[in-house]
Amino acid sequence: MSRAADEAQPPAGAAGEREPVLALSGVRRAYGEHVVLDGVDLEVRAHEVVALIGASGSGKSTLLRTANLLEPIDDGVIRLAGRDISDPRVDADAVRARIGAVFQHYNLFPHLSVLDNVTLASRLVHRTSKAEAERRGQELLASIGLANFARAYPDRLSGGQQQRVAIVRALATGPELLLLDEVTSALDPELVGEVLALVRSLADGGTTILMATHEMAFARDVADRVVFLDGGRIVEQGPSREFFAAPREERTRAFLARVLPG
Amino acid sequence: MSAASPDGAWRPSELELGRRAFRRRQTWRSVLVSALSTLVFAGLLAWAVLGSPGWARVAETFFDPEVAIASLPRIAQGLLLNLQVLVFAAVGVLLVAITLATLRTLRGPVFFPLRAIAAGYTDLFRGVPLLIVLYLVGYGVPALEFFPRLPVAVWGTIAIVLVYSAYVAEVFRAGIEAVHPSQRLAARSLGLSHAQTMRRVVLPQAIRKVTPALMNDFVAMQKDVGLISVLGAVDAVRAAQIETAHYFNFTPYVVAGLLFVLLALPMVRLTDWVTARMRRREQIGSIV
Ligand SMILES: Nc1ncnc2c1ncn2[C@@H]1O[C@H](COP(=O)(O)OP(=O)(O)OP(=O)(O)O)[C@@H](O)[C@H]1O
Ligand SMILES: [Mg+2]
Repeated sequence: MSRAADEAQPPAGAAGEREPVLALSGVRRAYGEHVVLDGVDLEVRAHEVVALIGASGSGKSTLLRTANLLEPIDDGVIRLAGRDISDPRVDADAVRARIGAVFQHYNLFPHLSVLDNVTLASRLVHRTSKAEAERRGQELLASIGLANFARAYPDRLSGGQQQRVAIVRALATGPELLLLDEVTSALDPELVGEVLALVRSLADGGTTILMATHEMAFARDVADRVVFLDGGRIVEQGPSREFFAAPREERTRAFLARVLPG
Repeated sequence: MSAASPDGAWRPSELELGRRAFRRRQTWRSVLVSALSTLVFAGLLAWAVLGSPGWARVAETFFDPEVAIASLPRIAQGLLLNLQVLVFAAVGVLLVAITLATLRTLRGPVFFPLRAIAAGYTDLFRGVPLLIVLYLVGYGVPALEFFPRLPVAVWGTIAIVLVYSAYVAEVFRAGIEAVHPSQRLAARSLGLSHAQTMRRVVLPQAIRKVTPALMNDFVAMQKDVGLISVLGAVDAVRAAQIETAHYFNFTPYVVAGLLFVLLALPMVRLTDWVTARMRRREQIGSIV
């Protein structure tokens, strides 16, 4: 596949010439003999939405965790806005403070109110005043229609509401990049829609997102680019519509045939 | 099933009213049945004990009301010392135990010595009987003549803290491990440091999870503070011993025992209540 396809169409107006927000090159991660990431190169540019797809066990979660420095790498380089963050001298807490992340489940802290969940990082990590953090937190909760739940505890919320709070919590500190790891896969089908709608509105608003997902239709509609991971490598990537309309690689076609209905 | 009413508000249906009346009758019936069976059981027990051949002598040596009243002030005085020891020991145990449990969660080779010390400590003090620790700390440590002379109750308190903090540290550690790893991941990905994650996210949840177990250990400690009497501290047990020797009668021990039970009762009830409440929270809405 051509290089041109790789870099095709960053969203109009995006800073094509600037450093990518996230850049992985030659990233390798193995558990003993089992190589999960085998030299992965991946770039995410500002305001771009990239969907990571692949079979279960293909290493999507691992890749997201390495980007967040929650998982050590065995080789390669990871850059955040041009700066090498895989250097052991880098303050990992400071890096994570610049990246938002939401996982499959158990994201919210059950012993804190919804508002405290949203403001925790602002107050502890970014040293924002309580009043300012709460003002911003209320604003974010209002934006997802949950202002009335600010003082409630997470167990009063439905699964979909909890995931939406987790997403705005990750955004409360204004991160440069949002990592989403299958944020809907633990939800009942009727709750998936509201979470995807929130992600879609963030994407439309210009948030830079790297997301692992099993929702192919959602990846096609919302992502600018789709990346297919298989056997620890990126087998194919491209603009989402082209990717789904005309996959070039045999392995991609086989995978899509399995996961797409019809 | 709800009956229509003029203002459109919900009124319980005939069916529901019938069910409620039935439930009320059921409640009354079970109260009656349990009251009756308690009476019968207590009657049988009293008949067996009071009718036994040795009862007259036992009543005289263990349940003499005059001796009980005469010895009560001194024993109650002694119980005050137990209470003091209990309060200091409880605070000490909590502090030491949380520190130990936190040390054991530290990662990285730098902390190996701390982890090892914490692990060795809990292994050691969970193994040694409290009585032996009391003797060693109460008689051995002062004999070093390294510390200023302190009241024996202080050494007793230290011995209790040593032993109980080892148990409670394990309770905390179990609580820490019961917090789902995703919680730690979520906190760290927000940029919280290891220490912040521990203090703001993991420990608060761990403590909630182990509260019933902690309260249970507290109840156990409440009676073990009576063991400081072996060092000669004049607590409730020691006072009872003195009174017993004075009256040639065991009633003071029974009095001391009752006082300890009275001391423990509120905590025991509270523990049950907290445990039940937590269970309810975990199975919201379900009645089985
Ligand atoms: N801590 C670990 N120790 C050993 N093997 C691991 C560990 N974490 C992940 N793996 C392995 O790494 C591989 C990739 O896991 P990963 O969770 O990244 O896959 P995934 O693409 O996210 O899968 P899914 O779609 O099921 O979430 C799997 O084979 C998994 O068994
Ligand atoms: Mg995964």
